[in-house]
Amino acid sequence: MTPNMNQSMPLDAAGGAAATQSQTAPQVKIMARDVKVFYGEKQALFDVNLDIRANQVTSLIGPSGCGKSTFLRSLNRMNDTIDICRFDGRITLDGHDIYDKNVDVVHLRARVGMVFQKPNPFPKSIFDNVAYGPRIHGLTNSKSELDGIVQSALEKAGLWNEVKDRLDQPGTGLSGGQQQRLCIARAIAVSPEVILMDEPCSALDPIATAKIEELIDELRDNFTIVIVTHSMQQAARVSQRTAFFHLGYLVEVDDTEKMFTNPTDERTQGYITGRFG
Amino acid sequence: MTDPAPNMSGPTTGGVAMQNSNDAVRRSLKRRYAAERRFKTYGILAIAFAMGMLGLLFTTIISKAIPAFTQTTINLEITLDGKIIDPQGTRERQTLSSANYRSVIRRAVFDLFPDVTTRRDRRALYEIISPGAVYKIRDMVMANPDLIGERVTVQMPMSDDIDQLNKGQIRKDSPEAERRVKDKQIAWFERLENRGLIETVFNTTFFTAGDSREPELAGILGAAMGSLFTMLVTLLVSFPLAVASAIYLEEFAPVNKWTQTIEVNINNLAAVPSIVFGLLGLAVFINFFGMPRSAPVVGGLVLALMTLPTIIIAARSALKSVPPSIREAAYGLGASPLQVTTHHVLPLAMPGILTGTIIGMAQALGETAPLLMIGMVAFIVDVPHGALDPATVLPVQIYLWADSPERAFVERTSAAICVLLGFLVLMNVGAVLLRKRFERKW
Repeated sequence: MTPNMNQSMPLDAAGGAAATQSQTAPQVKIMARDVKVFYGEKQALFDVNLDIRANQVTSLIGPSGCGKSTFLRSLNRMNDTIDICRFDGRITLDGHDIYDKNVDVVHLRARVGMVFQKPNPFPKSIFDNVAYGPRIHGLTNSKSELDGIVQSALEKAGLWNEVKDRLDQPGTGLSGGQQQRLCIARAIAVSPEVILMDEPCSALDPIATAKIEELIDELRDNFTIVIVTHSMQQAARVSQRTAFFHLGYLVEVDDTEKMFTNPTDERTQGYITGRFG
Repeated sequence: MTDPAPNMSGPTTGGVAMQNSNDAVRRSLKRRYAAERRFKTYGILAIAFAMGMLGLLFTTIISKAIPAFTQTTINLEITLDGKIIDPQGTRERQTLSSANYRSVIRRAVFDLFPDVTTRRDRRALYEIISPGAVYKIRDMVMANPDLIGERVTVQMPMSDDIDQLNKGQIRKDSPEAERRVKDKQIAWFERLENRGLIETVFNTTFFTAGDSREPELAGILGAAMGSLFTMLVTLLVSFPLAVASAIYLEEFAPVNKWTQTIEVNINNLAAVPSIVFGLLGLAVFINFFGMPRSAPVVGGLVLALMTLPTIIIAARSALKSVPPSIREAAYGLGASPLQVTTHHVLPLAMPGILTGTIIGMAQALGETAPLLMIGMVAFIVDVPHGALDPATVLPVQIYLWADSPERAFVERTSAAICVLLGFLVLMNVGAVLLRKRFERKW
């Protein structure tokens, strides 16, 4: 295999996958083209081209420092909050460039929600945690409607039955897994179209992890999900598409099944079989 | 470290090596525990020393202050002679306020001692009563003119020297030339005591009056109110300004040359001697803006300038210590930067900000030097009723009294220090309560 072939492989793979699935016409929700991200002088992402399909779970895998979290955070412009971070390229959401001057970041983040690595509920009550998003976006003015939003978000996050009797208690008093589901409920309450998850299970025990994975699978019906994970089993279990990042490059993206059984790139193969990373 | 190879080859040698390292660990453990105990002892000694010093300070101040809370008085029977007070019988306020009450009191005193006849002795006799008695009688008569012509018994403060004599601060057995009370005055006082006219009562004047040249008439209320108004101005000016600057610098400002320069300057400002702020206040607030001298509003502004850097630095570190995950969570939900700050970061930083504020305010409360520059050291008798009235503050009052020659001001100085400390404790309690309200569990 020549290095040249190697270089062009990701695009080919993406194109091929799109071609094979053209009969069912999977809708592309987010399209990233030539994405470059710099932290000061250091370039963290190199010309990443990636399509994220609607109502699917796309997992981003790769060794630490490969740029997968950076890519994820550029999807809702969370990198804007870092002073030294610079973005170049094009990311579109439903065909509209999210880095366009006219795009309001606040509005974008209401459409593209995020769940973080460490559960980070606000030090407020469970109810207020979930109600915060709808409140600041003015989604509702009536108390009963807000109650409904909170309940449905908690139900979708599979947390309602556990917390319905103690909504006024602090969210920080929940267990780690419950806290993370609370954070998911909080993200869902704003009714985003896309949910970004940055290693949502890395701080959780296996049982809590299983619950979250189950939840991710259910959420797929209503949301487009992008998840960064260090666990390849998790990627295999929850996602339909997998993208492999290495040293700031997107090496390969394909259907999860194909990625884990028959990857095209030997670096992918090496990572999946545990030879590095 | 022993080589692992012999361990593997022979169990005996391995056992010995194990034993050796065990002993080594045990020996070093002993040393480590000894070091720990030593360190603990040093710590306890240091704390004991500090507590001892504090205890000494408090006992000295409080024991010196206690006499100030009582006052020697005389129950004097006075005839409010209408011929002296209001010869025309008009009962006009003008007449009543300028009447010769001194003469009324003199008569009452001289009636007690018919044997005192010479001018000189009579003057000495009159001196054992406080000059404040005149005002007391005047206020009484003006409040109720019907008393004129009556015979009333009034409790009057004794002069400060007699008061000190009664409290044992002036010793009767010291030579007459070395004390401020004459032998004759002591004899008169003792006769009064024997007649049961002398009474030692709680010194309400100290808590209800402003400053005075006469110790028995001097009170702390004027200075306390001055301090209160000054602190209010300081708090109202410095707290919002400092918090706003801290939030802007910490949450919004880009990191560049300008903000770095500002940061360095703020840190330096915290170390500027306070008297410089006083000069600044004199030059800018009084001379340029023409604000009133000796007024709490100017004092408050000057102290606010002095307190600003303290609060800014504390507030910035409090803001910095709010976990970034909270900010990310809020940003991730689509909160605007201002919402992130006001809804999440500021409430979490509030306890730290309040701690910084109370430190700054405590510093300002005890500050004297800058206030001397703007005239708050003036002798002011009236209790101020607002931030624009001339006033002095507690530490300046302490300084003024400590500087006074009268013996009775010594105990009042200590009492004023107690009041200042009480003020501080009150402020701290307030801060602790506020902090408790804002504190949240993580």
